[in-house]
Amino acid sequence: MSRHHQPESGMAARVRALEESLTAKGLVDPAALDALVELYEHKIGPRNGARVVARAWCDPRFRARLREDAGAACAAEFNFGGRQGEDLALLENTPQVHNMVVCTLCSCYPWPLLGLPPVWYKSAPYRARAVREPRAVLAEFGLTLAPRVEVRVWDSTAELRYLVLPMRPPESAGLDEESLARWVTRDSMIGVGLPRAPAPSSP
Amino acid sequence: MTGPHDCGGRRGEGAVRTEKNEPVFHHPWERRVFALTLAMGFHGRWNLDMSRHARERMPGYRAASYYAIWLHGLETLLEERGVLAQAGELRALSAAEATAVIAAGASARAVADRAAAFTAGDAVRVRHVDTAGHTRAPRYLHGRRGVVARGHGVFVFPDSNAHGRGPDPQHLYSVRFSAGELWGGEDGGRDFVYADLFENHLGAETKNDG
Repeated sequence: MSRHHQPESGMAARVRALEESLTAKGLVDPAALDALVELYEHKIGPRNGARVVARAWCDPRFRARLREDAGAACAAEFNFGGRQGEDLALLENTPQVHNMVVCTLCSCYPWPLLGLPPVWYKSAPYRARAVREPRAVLAEFGLTLAPRVEVRVWDSTAELRYLVLPMRPPESAGLDEESLARWVTRDSMIGVGLPRAPAPSSP
Repeated sequence: MTGPHDCGGRRGEGAVRTEKNEPVFHHPWERRVFALTLAMGFHGRWNLDMSRHARERMPGYRAASYYAIWLHGLETLLEERGVLAQAGELRALSAAEATAVIAAGASARAVADRAAAFTAGDAVRVRHVDTAGHTRAPRYLHGRRGVVARGHGVFVFPDSNAHGRGPDPQHLYSVRFSAGELWGGEDGGRDFVYADLFENHLGAETKNDG
């Protein structure tokens, strides 16, 4: 079996050996590795982006700042900045235009706002097909757009990261910003879904 | 390089498979590969573009899982950049230092003392960037005509930076391509693809300098 198709136990052993070797040479501190994992597993995720979207829905001045420089606005307003979100552009959905984001070459994704990308976003089917047949891909996500809507697919080929600002659902009228954030799904900020009412929380 | 990672528009891929309540990592070793890659990157002995190029050169890329590709990339860089031999000169960052580096980020924006060759509305054609090296001009755009939607300003040029040939800062543009131009009538419709392309990737459309 080639080293590229090792069973999980083989991968685990190979990675453990690498970590031990790099630690022994003083090149990594296991506590720093733990902190990095903690950061991306528990602290940075799509709840960040949802707060940004909810505020953009409620505050036209914040939305204007996002349009101007989304990275600077998210950093200044929420302290959502840093690695893989340094330069960020906002894509506003309208009744005429639907935006969706892909990275055909690797897996570029706005980490500070959405966390690390899901497996499907990094997979060959999504990367191959999003640019060629976006409507077929969207349909697989349960999203069928009217033919009159223009689809814009944004291929993240450089160090610009993209955040889709979905349209606010009319049914959410009257809700405050905090409640609205619960309507904003990760997929709606990639452009493969729409915001929706949160499932009723269990008692 | 137009390798297997460069899959935009490739036919023969199946359905996009999603996973409900997907965890951030699927195996404990994936956590460590992710963190090791970031932590080793902090030493500055390679850059993000070198990292991407090390991954996309992996034999068996198409069949490999995402973090298996990252592991291959890390092992490749350790070897190629001679980091283990320099270990004595390098110091591991602490947990606090590491999270501070993440929070600070590192923009690829740069400064270049050159005027932008293109402006919004200009017709451009993507060059055939047929290189064995790294490029961020995806194959499905090579030779295609588009229109500059906006200039992003000046950024580090990955196609140079990935090979240690310096940042070669240049203007970056958002370029709009019609689905009809890219795919012909069959999948055309009225849709558009936008990609971020560097000045070296583009030629003025009328010059036909391919």
